[in-house]
Amino acid sequence: MAIGETIRNSQIWKSIFRHPMPLDRRNRIVVMLTNFFLHLHPVSIKKQGIALSFTWCMGGVTFFLFLVETVTGVLLMFYYRPTLEWAYNDILALRDVTSLGILRELHRWGAHAMVITTWLHMYRVFLTGSYKPPREFNWVIGVILLLLTLLLSFTGYLLPWDQLAIWAITVGSNMARATPLLGYEGPGQQLLTIGGIDMITDGSDARFGLLGARFVGEETLNRFYVLHCIAIPLAVALLLAIHFWRVRKDGGISGPL
Amino acid sequence: MHSNELFLKDVSGFLGGYYAAIALMNGIAAVILWQRKNQPGWAIIWTVFASFMMVLGSLALSGTESTVPALPEAARNLVNSLSGPVNYTVGTTVLLVAFFVYRKFFVQPMVAWTLFNVALLLMGLSMADQNFALIVMKADNVPIVGLVFLLAFFTWVATKQAVVNDERIARGEPPMEKVNDEKVLVWPDLVYTELICMIAVSAFLLAWAILLPAPLEEPASSVKTPNPSKAPWYFLGLQEMLVYFDPWYAGVVLPSLVIFGLMAMPYLDFNKKGNGYYSIAERKFAYLTWQFGFLELWITLIILGTFLRGPNWNFFGPFEYWTPYKVEVLNNVSLTQVFWTRFLDQPIPVAAAGSSALTQIGTILLREAPGLLLVGGYLVLLPPLMAVTIFRRYYAKMGFLRYMVMANLMLLMLSLPLKMVLRWTMNLSYIISIPELSLNF
Repeated sequence: MAIGETIRNSQIWKSIFRHPMPLDRRNRIVVMLTNFFLHLHPVSIKKQGIALSFTWCMGGVTFFLFLVETVTGVLLMFYYRPTLEWAYNDILALRDVTSLGILRELHRWGAHAMVITTWLHMYRVFLTGSYKPPREFNWVIGVILLLLTLLLSFTGYLLPWDQLAIWAITVGSNMARATPLLGYEGPGQQLLTIGGIDMITDGSDARFGLLGARFVGEETLNRFYVLHCIAIPLAVALLLAIHFWRVRKDGGISGPL
Repeated sequence: MHSNELFLKDVSGFLGGYYAAIALMNGIAAVILWQRKNQPGWAIIWTVFASFMMVLGSLALSGTESTVPALPEAARNLVNSLSGPVNYTVGTTVLLVAFFVYRKFFVQPMVAWTLFNVALLLMGLSMADQNFALIVMKADNVPIVGLVFLLAFFTWVATKQAVVNDERIARGEPPMEKVNDEKVLVWPDLVYTELICMIAVSAFLLAWAILLPAPLEEPASSVKTPNPSKAPWYFLGLQEMLVYFDPWYAGVVLPSLVIFGLMAMPYLDFNKKGNGYYSIAERKFAYLTWQFGFLELWITLIILGTFLRGPNWNFFGPFEYWTPYKVEVLNNVSLTQVFWTRFLDQPIPVAAAGSSALTQIGTILLREAPGLLLVGGYLVLLPPLMAVTIFRRYYAKMGFLRYMVMANLMLLMLSLPLKMVLRWTMNLSYIISIPELSLNF
């Protein structure tokens, strides 16, 4: 007890934590206002709003899973090279050689879970009518986050570079070649010709833009890797920040008006 | 049957644990009910059921064909023979409608608990079937099993509260969420809940990661196409739509419309009631539209695409072996063929070779006239027609633009079930078929 007290009274402790221990009512309020990680929250909240039967905790779980994916993803990047030569072998080594051999499992099952919890979160928001004014715009951001979550999962699906991966991505991305006007098998692409030369070919259409090639190959692996590890996570992080900020600004956890 | 014995040896440990877990769960439920003292009958029922599960668990652990509890072969064959896209879709629809209509009955905890146990028992009995287990236990399919149970659970949680609230509102009382206006401090009430949630999710994820290895198949080969080739599981509803529509519509237009429709939703729903609490009665139209789109069109199609579509995207019953040699007769015809050759008994109009562009366009328009009129009528005439009939009140409240967006989104969403019915009843492939523009609808 005395040691604890000494630590809490030390200059180092006080320089890090801008508040005393949240043991009494006053300090429990102060901690929410002065701690960076806690300041997303309000100080007090309606009791029914945080009842598990009401919120299901699914938005929070989704965010937590995003953090888990980030941490395990960074660790996986230490071991993985997105090239035809190494991708599959690195995954094999991750399973058979690397210590803490469940890293990929954590990442993959976390990803599946994140898709499911995103859906459940939206399901709850719909069923409680929480997309209604003043939360319309935050719902729209949520829909974009849903799309990005699916894209994160989709781009990650390719990286193990096994049969499951490339054929799932081949089937999924084949849709893009049927994009109206912009896919080379899509309706109306015949109309985009200049001087008899097709503008939309298998080397210039929407699918090519997605894959970086005419079929799922090394260019695709590189492209999906960059999208998966950098571009989409950054977009998600930005939108998450806005999403959380709007939750507060739009009146906090929803409840009857 | 040598392979089946090996399979049962493999699966017996899992099944033993599975039945033991159900027994434990029901034992706990019985103790809780016993302590509450108001439902001793149910406490006895669940105690007996738990003991029964223990017996099944011990039988399963033996791992021999004669003792592992399984559905009788005849029952499995019957289920297989009854399975098909039509029965599956009609069956799930009937089930969902029944759950909705009789929701007051189904939300009772003991009814829901009984259904849950029946589902678990059927699942356990089915897992003793090699073909069933092969698909359900495929590593990437396990999350979908979880999804089904989670959705059932959360739908129950939500409906239970909605039923209570709707009864209160009917009596002129505020919803339950409003009764308790008490405010609490976020520290400790919320931050501790969050911490416990984080620990629980971490523990769950660790257990999952340890118990189930992530799938890793052979190295990628662009010349060896697996059969079936499936997209990631969350896109399998879209892949299933490819049975009924061409990729441009099923894979591009419809998913874009889903995203657009979701974003538009808060701006289309003008109903101010039901904001911030569970209710069905106060927002029946929004509720039914959502559940139709989410549970019926999105989730059931994912389940169908994952568990019941095998090689060549043929339909297989849950206990059927996925043979690549299954042959299904495809004799689909387009509306163009039906109209010109069957109905008018005439050849389908064809422009003469080398005729002018205008003649060719005219011929296409003539040839596809029935389909164009039908689709045009559906998308152009129905919205105003509905505005003065079933949606009169909506139109008055929403105004022209919002109403038109809502009506068209509704009609486009309904295009999927309509096309499904047309396929099943008339073998209709396309309503409009213009291969000259790669435009088939």
